Amino acid sequence: MAMIKLKKGYNLKLKGGITSDAITQAPAPAHCAIVPDDFTGIIPRMEKKEGEQVKAGEALYHDKTEERIKVTSPVSGTVKAIVRGDRRKIEQVIVECGENIDSKKFDLSSPIDALLDSGLWAMLRQRPYDVVPSPNATPRDIFVTCFDSAPLAPSLKVVLGEDMNYIEKGVEVLNQLTSGSVYLGCRDGEEIEVKGAETVVFKGPHPAGNAGIQAGNVKPVNKGEVIWTTDVVTVARIGKLFATGSVDYGTIVAVTGEQVTQPCYVKTVMGAPVKPLLEGRLVDNGKQNRIICGNVLTGCQVNDEGYLRAPYRHITVIPELQKQDEFMGWASMSPKKFSVYRNFPGWLLGMNRKPMNVDARINGGERAIVMSGEYDRMLPMDIYAEFLIKAIIAFDIDKMEQLGIYEVAPEDFALCEFADTSKLELQRIVREGLDKLRKEMA
Amino acid sequence: MKALRKLLDKWKPAFHEGGKLAKLQSVYEGFETFLFTPNTTSKSGSHIHDNNDMKRTMSTVIVALIPCLLFAMYNTGLQHYIAIGQPNTGWFTMFIFGLLAMLPVIVVSYVVGLGIEFISAQIHHKEIQEGFLVTGILIPLIVPINTPLWMTAVATAFAVIFAKEVFGGTGMNIFNVALITRAFLFFSYPAEMSGDNAFVKLDSAFGFGAGTVADGFSGATPLGQVATNVGPNLDGLNLDTWQAFVGTIPGSPGETSMIAILLGAALLLITGIASWRVMTSVFAGGIVMGLIANAFATPTYPASMLDPLAQLCYGGFAFAAVFMATDPVTGARTHIGQYIYGFLIGVIAILIRVYNGGYPEGAMLAVLLMNAFAPLIDHCVVNANIKRRMRRLKTNE
Repeated sequence: MAMIKLKKGYNLKLKGGITSDAITQAPAPAHCAIVPDDFTGIIPRMEKKEGEQVKAGEALYHDKTEERIKVTSPVSGTVKAIVRGDRRKIEQVIVECGENIDSKKFDLSSPIDALLDSGLWAMLRQRPYDVVPSPNATPRDIFVTCFDSAPLAPSLKVVLGEDMNYIEKGVEVLNQLTSGSVYLGCRDGEEIEVKGAETVVFKGPHPAGNAGIQAGNVKPVNKGEVIWTTDVVTVARIGKLFATGSVDYGTIVAVTGEQVTQPCYVKTVMGAPVKPLLEGRLVDNGKQNRIICGNVLTGCQVNDEGYLRAPYRHITVIPELQKQDEFMGWASMSPKKFSVYRNFPGWLLGMNRKPMNVDARINGGERAIVMSGEYDRMLPMDIYAEFLIKAIIAFDIDKMEQLGIYEVAPEDFALCEFADTSKLELQRIVREGLDKLRKEMA
Repeated sequence: MKALRKLLDKWKPAFHEGGKLAKLQSVYEGFETFLFTPNTTSKSGSHIHDNNDMKRTMSTVIVALIPCLLFAMYNTGLQHYIAIGQPNTGWFTMFIFGLLAMLPVIVVSYVVGLGIEFISAQIHHKEIQEGFLVTGILIPLIVPINTPLWMTAVATAFAVIFAKEVFGGTGMNIFNVALITRAFLFFSYPAEMSGDNAFVKLDSAFGFGAGTVADGFSGATPLGQVATNVGPNLDGLNLDTWQAFVGTIPGSPGETSMIAILLGAALLLITGIASWRVMTSVFAGGIVMGLIANAFATPTYPASMLDPLAQLCYGGFAFAAVFMATDPVTGARTHIGQYIYGFLIGVIAILIRVYNGGYPEGAMLAVLLMNAFAPLIDHCVVNANIKRRMRRLKTNE
């Protein structure tokens, strides 16, 4: 068992963390939704029309170019609506839940086909580009993260629950798909050791839990190579599919954040509406809430009619604004203001060690990059982040390749984006750079 | 505050497109964001952001400069009253004299620099950037007190336009703007910039502190005296390193007091705003070069006879190390690069000071020279990373 110590990064402590491992059962949802934007790299072509019946695990749509990649319904019922936006882009596919749970049974003779048909393939990601992997390329290695280090993140051990036993089966399946190894990146003290996988223990602050950061420190991806990244919950789902023959999209979600009265774990299903999950759990203090599927750094904002987005096992609710029209906020001496720099008095009073109040304000205007080394201290990889970002902005393909664009995903830059004095939208810059590069290389 | 907010909201339409004062939109927005933290919330990516922004960063540097500024005012007064033969004047009178002497320079620097920034921001329809807030206070601290105001104005305008705005504004400049201002003065008006009368204000400030210069007074700076020294040692000069450490010597206003500079350095390092790598390696470079020069001391180059630690206290060395070399925009940006960059600044500053008879002080030129080389240093450091990546690719094949 290898141990890797990461020094760079930062553990942000926010208010509204979970204190107990107790799990509440949420009421069965009336309808669920799949948002195609969650499956980066897939252009949806519908297989089901509005009004058609669908089983849990049955395909709703497939990818335009690679038809074998399917995105499936998490529940059984009727396709209620296909919501389209500008230029007829599919924004949501809503499935009304039927009374009985009717799961599709899969033929397990070919692991690739079973994964593709069950929709679990679409839950995997590949480097380069951080997109759903292509079934035509064999990954060099598969990196599985077994912990979430993001602010307020759930313990994946709790989320796994009894499905823990399926990890071994899942690893066995993944081993058939790669020419190399399956790595399990674990937190110190929460090691998971199963047959067929190499366990690597990571010590250090966030983003140590990102599969890409773990890959970069174990065996970075080179030009021309492909690796897959995923998390242990998806691996357990894969194991369950191959043990039972059907796919289970049930999930345990952590409901956290400053605006939540009693942060807790809730058992529900992927794609469930967030409203019933939050009902009776929100603080009523007159502040407007921002509901985030995922964590505060990488998650996506949904409105209160929104759905639990596919990749996330976490909902965070923070206030949109702590204070309207704050007078000269930049000169504030308030100890409640947090900064990774020590130019706010909070750190002197030890407030940085306590959970802090946050809101969604950007706290400044966008500027050119001025401070040096700011991104480097938040990114534990052998990459000159600032130079890479500049190469992406200039879209200099040679430089991007040389500086390691194939090794990164937008989520790796989330903490840099938080700490950035220049307030640049780093995750958007990286995502657009990866998309453009992928197009160029196709 | 609500009344102020209402007033701003009332004026807002006039400053926006179609309004009477649309030409001042950038200025209006500059003041609005200065007074009230914008309510804009995150639209993409991270939902939370650090409280530190460019305004906070720049104002931290300004706070770090306050000890230097206050001491500069006191010392300007002190040197003046010594020159007119009244060294026993009270410190408060000295401070008021210095305040009156320096205020016009500060006003000229800010009015000219910010004026150009405002115009530039409006032309490019951009937000006003905060960079000049620091530059504007650095200029009065490094320009000799006797420099005519019009010269300061011309030099500031030159530096802001040609060293900064043509490159794209704050964050894009290659050379330190404040140092370009000083270099412009230094090379364009050498007579006013050096010699014995540049660094001590002899006439009154707004009629305050009038008097006649005492007989036999020389306003030469210690380094100026050293440079013109003749003889096998420096004993005849009565140099007092302790005085230089405290700062009660003639010199550019902000640069004399090591104590004030160290207070600023402490704030910059504790807050993490300035790079400790650059700062410590400048001092390391200075000590190393000082030792070398001192080991081969010769009366041909009188400054080589100075003690290496005294070298650090005299002239603009410490000020350059703490406030000029650490400018992140014009300096090296990689960690390894910062060690090299800082060390070479220290070495070159002392090298010029000791072995170039034409310039008694070399800190300014050292920083400007290394500004030009900083991208090259970074290029080499980043290239090592690229080579490592390429090697990994090859061994895998």
